Amino acid sequence: MLPPSIKKEVETYVKENKLTAAKAKKAQETVEREYTYGKVDAGEAVGTIAAESIGEPGTQMTLDTFHFAGVSEMNVTMGLPRLIEVLDARKTISTEMMEVYLHAPYKEGQDIKKIAEKIKETSFREYIKEVNIDVLEAVMTIALDSEKMALVDASPDKLVKILAKSAKGVSFKADGNTIIAKSTSKSDTLKEIYLLKEKIKSIYINGVKGISMVLPVKRDEEFLLVTAGTNYKSILKIDGVDTARTITNNLYEIEALLGIEAARQAIINEIEKVLDNQGIDIDVRHVLLVADTMTMTGKVLGISRYGIVKEKQSVLARASFETPLKHVFSAAMHGELDPLNSVIENVMMNQPVPLGTGIPKLVMKK
Amino acid sequence: MEQQAESYINDIKFAYLSPKMIKEMAKAKVVTPELYDKEGYPVDGGLMDVRLGVIDPGLRCKTDGQRIKDSLGHFGYVELARPVIHISFVALILDLLRCTCRETGELLIPKNKIKGYVDELDAIEAAQGVSERRKRVVELIHVMRATTKSPSGVKQKKITLEKPSTFLEDERRISPIEIRARLERISDDDLPLFGINPEAMRPEWAVLTMLLIPPVTMRPSITLETGERSEDDLTHKLGDIVRINQRLFENINAGAPEIIIEDLWDLLQYHITTFFNNEVPQLPPARHRSGQPLKTITARIKSKEGRIRHNLAGKRTNFSARTVISPDPAIEINEVGVPKIMAMKLTVPERVTQWNMEYLKRFVQKGAKSYPGANYIIRPDGRRKRITDEAKEALLEEIQPGFVVERHLLDGDVALFNRQPSLHRMSMMCHKVRVLPGKTLRMNPSVTIPYNADFDGDEMNLHIPQTEEARAEAEILMQVQTQIVSPRFGLSIVGCHQDAVTGNYVLSKYLTFTRQEAIDLLMIIGVEDFSRLPNKKVISGREVFSVVLPEDFNFVAEPRSKSEQDIENAVVIKNGNFEKGVLDKSQLGAGAGLLLRTLHKKYGADRMVTILGHIFKLGVNTLLKYGFTAAISDTDLSVESDERIRQLLNEAEADVHKMIMEYEQGTLELLPGRSLDETVELKILERLNKARNDTGTIAAENAVKTTGTMLMVQSGGRGNLINVAQMAACVGQQAFRGGRISTGYKGRTLSCFKKGDLGSEARGFIRNSFRSGLKPHETFFMAMTGRDSLMDTALRTPKSGYLYRRLANALQDIKVDYDGTVRDASGKIVQFQYGEDSMDVSKTEGGKFNVKNIIETMGDH
Repeated sequence: MLPPSIKKEVETYVKENKLTAAKAKKAQETVEREYTYGKVDAGEAVGTIAAESIGEPGTQMTLDTFHFAGVSEMNVTMGLPRLIEVLDARKTISTEMMEVYLHAPYKEGQDIKKIAEKIKETSFREYIKEVNIDVLEAVMTIALDSEKMALVDASPDKLVKILAKSAKGVSFKADGNTIIAKSTSKSDTLKEIYLLKEKIKSIYINGVKGISMVLPVKRDEEFLLVTAGTNYKSILKIDGVDTARTITNNLYEIEALLGIEAARQAIINEIEKVLDNQGIDIDVRHVLLVADTMTMTGKVLGISRYGIVKEKQSVLARASFETPLKHVFSAAMHGELDPLNSVIENVMMNQPVPLGTGIPKLVMKK
Repeated sequence: MEQQAESYINDIKFAYLSPKMIKEMAKAKVVTPELYDKEGYPVDGGLMDVRLGVIDPGLRCKTDGQRIKDSLGHFGYVELARPVIHISFVALILDLLRCTCRETGELLIPKNKIKGYVDELDAIEAAQGVSERRKRVVELIHVMRATTKSPSGVKQKKITLEKPSTFLEDERRISPIEIRARLERISDDDLPLFGINPEAMRPEWAVLTMLLIPPVTMRPSITLETGERSEDDLTHKLGDIVRINQRLFENINAGAPEIIIEDLWDLLQYHITTFFNNEVPQLPPARHRSGQPLKTITARIKSKEGRIRHNLAGKRTNFSARTVISPDPAIEINEVGVPKIMAMKLTVPERVTQWNMEYLKRFVQKGAKSYPGANYIIRPDGRRKRITDEAKEALLEEIQPGFVVERHLLDGDVALFNRQPSLHRMSMMCHKVRVLPGKTLRMNPSVTIPYNADFDGDEMNLHIPQTEEARAEAEILMQVQTQIVSPRFGLSIVGCHQDAVTGNYVLSKYLTFTRQEAIDLLMIIGVEDFSRLPNKKVISGREVFSVVLPEDFNFVAEPRSKSEQDIENAVVIKNGNFEKGVLDKSQLGAGAGLLLRTLHKKYGADRMVTILGHIFKLGVNTLLKYGFTAAISDTDLSVESDERIRQLLNEAEADVHKMIMEYEQGTLELLPGRSLDETVELKILERLNKARNDTGTIAAENAVKTTGTMLMVQSGGRGNLINVAQMAACVGQQAFRGGRISTGYKGRTLSCFKKGDLGSEARGFIRNSFRSGLKPHETFFMAMTGRDSLMDTALRTPKSGYLYRRLANALQDIKVDYDGTVRDASGKIVQFQYGEDSMDVSKTEGGKFNVKNIIETMGDH
């Protein structure tokens, strides 16, 4: 039984080279024979091989390398720290990033700056040109940056509405390209106005929360947006975004939105990205195995004492990794049974391990 | 060794020991802290009681009648005068006391109330462990309690813990006796709620009434040179416990005042606590007289040096050796050169049969002191006899079929060869022994790559398998030829490097020989069949190379790029004739190119190893004959090139200067999302890197291609174009923590610069080349980055080591099952097909199943 991809490859070869039926049959048989020969043997310790394949080149990787995600303006953590982050399945990662692909006509570059501006999370600070405080009247006059407002289709009136919602006890009024703010309470108004000046600067106005920077990038004849910070769910809701290709580097956002299979693929992609960047040659099968192990329970588990190791059935296997006493005490409290079916306990007991040549249980007759 | 293991451990059950079980399993009751009497004989009822096992030669254990080493030792017990809290269960006791009634032992809320939460609790336990479960139970009970009374109407009091192990109830101390009584009242039915299996544990066992004394063999004493005895840390601690316990008994019986009893009781609690764990945060650790803390039970088990990781998961072996390694291209790739002195210590057991008796007797005849001899004879009853000159004759008479002779290592024996760190399975491979003169272990330089070894003082280990089973597994599964194709990427991990690559490059590209010279060269590398050498006057290097290839070998390499030169240099081999192309690292190197992989696939591992050995020797010996050197003049450039490089660098510096001007005036155009400072840094860095690259191109273009240095670079034997450029043209910008050098003095890097100088020279750009020589400040900048990269390496090693340990631990049980699925230890399916196509990576060609190649070559079989 050949896998579909190989089967297809044989068929195309036969067709392209116009092999005779007899020859085609022989080709089919030869490939099948070779494939059978090339299959993994039962009992092969593929887990250990995968761990070795990823762990060994780890010593060659550089620490603290940054990679420019297409533009020199943005750095993304790469190398060993990123690999550790992915394999640990950390909840908070050092550089969150998204690649937002767009539909036509935006992907040809139309309005690209405007879209970028719209996505970026902005606070009121960025719309201010100048703030004047009239000390006598306790009135604050805010001059607005009309260029900036035009980028996100904001008008003074709109801003006033948002401000009024978040800053209580102040009245805002739009006046041409300025906003006039006045405290509605009677006492100590001047002090309040000064406090208010700082407060309104950080009021959220526009864009997607969590996206701190957006850069338009041209890649292979196509414009896309690279963002610092991620908010997968909100970005996908925006019109003109190509939801099929837009991606974040945050595993948990992917898991929450698209499910465990997508998270598995994301783990694979992220690991491959690091390996490619470091120029390290590791077969995908090892990466697949690691990703499958991390996601087999239906949720993303890190390769750590709180993740996969915890799921192990064997008490001694858990104890041999980290914090042995804790595991032994709790096992005894439960009256747990260690079935001795994994490697490390059998090493401890001086018995053959259940891998490879240790599996067949043959005893010579005396 | 002679006994067949007939029993296996199937599983291990974990549970706690009840006082009853302790009493049953103990073989002696310890009543006195004394160890030995005046004659030095262990005191009855003391901690070294002979019923607990023996550690003195000559004594026999009273329980099993065995001598030292045969007797495993037996447990004893101490009956505690007053109960004492086990330090590891303080948290559990606190939770239980808080959740149950102080008089009836029932739960503080009606049982049905908590039933709805059982699922949630089980989930918490599965995800976060028992302690989190208990925490949640306590929380739930606390929230759901309406009154301060238990369901049966007993008023409860507030219970607090005064660390480490004192329990208070409304400021009044609860004695361990009282605690034990309360815990006893908790019903079995309530225990599962707290994550306790009543069959494995009763809560009152957490308060000790009986202390198990570990066997003597677990805490052997050592006799110092002075004849003085020095006891183990555990014995010391146990002595303290027994002494205080006895005093407590006496005081209680004598009716001593309560305060004295309390004090002794607390002292007993302290000793027992530190006996279990000497690192309890609130307690001063028990110390030796010298002041160093005692190593008690917890410390014995925990951490890398503890029992589990050091002794149980890691084993020690006999019949192993370790020494410095050195290269020997004359031995085969799958051989290891063993010094004679080692070969006479490392032995192989051979069983005497009627057919090999004479053969083995010859070794015995030679004795232990001359090679090849034998060191020991093992009689069928398992007794070992050393072969000495005196005993030799008698032993020779005695030998019969069934005896085992431990003979010295011979050529062709199997051995495992290993270099640490053992990062992948190729770090431990099976080699055939070659006994050689000298005192180092010898290896073929080709296998340095999988071991990651060099010969600057590296040491390696050698192990001699002792059973037929082990030898068979080593030969079939671990021999070098079976490991050649790396399971990491499916390409050959053994290949040529350095001289061997350069030699073959020179051979295939430039050299021609007379027939006589060609035969000479082939003789040196061990080829004696010249029938395939063309009968011509002038023989090209490629024709010489063809001789070592199999006659029916066909190979066409993919050109590296579509450039004319690369297509010209692509290797073409037809019917064993090397027709066209140049050999370099991309074909011969480890982990690159398909030439070696194809040879392996077509002719099998054994033949490929022979061919690779020939290719390697061919390369090295070509250089020996041809002469090869790298000189400083290799990096000389023409006067015009030097001038152009100077110009380029001047232009770059002028550009940088302009950028700094713009920066100072504030007219520099900002990069999006960057500040002015960052922008100018990035732009300068970019410009200077471009300058370095440009000068490098000039250097590379103008260097003479046939000099030793350039031959090494082009072949891939050593060095690269950047190295050449740094030697010939310009060393370039020194990067430090991801940017230009900016730290040092206040506002400047070195005191010879002005403050705030952002110019190229002041921030670590080295415009000189290694050939022209570096200025003092340039040398300093280089040293800075050099140290930075050393630091990087030093910090990375433990990080990646830990990652590897975690990966290995998490994945070690995952295997392919008989049905082709990938499963973990408990049989859960991880993948339905390994790697989605069931292919073994080490049987693929670079990870791919090459359909085209298979069909095209099928006629050959």
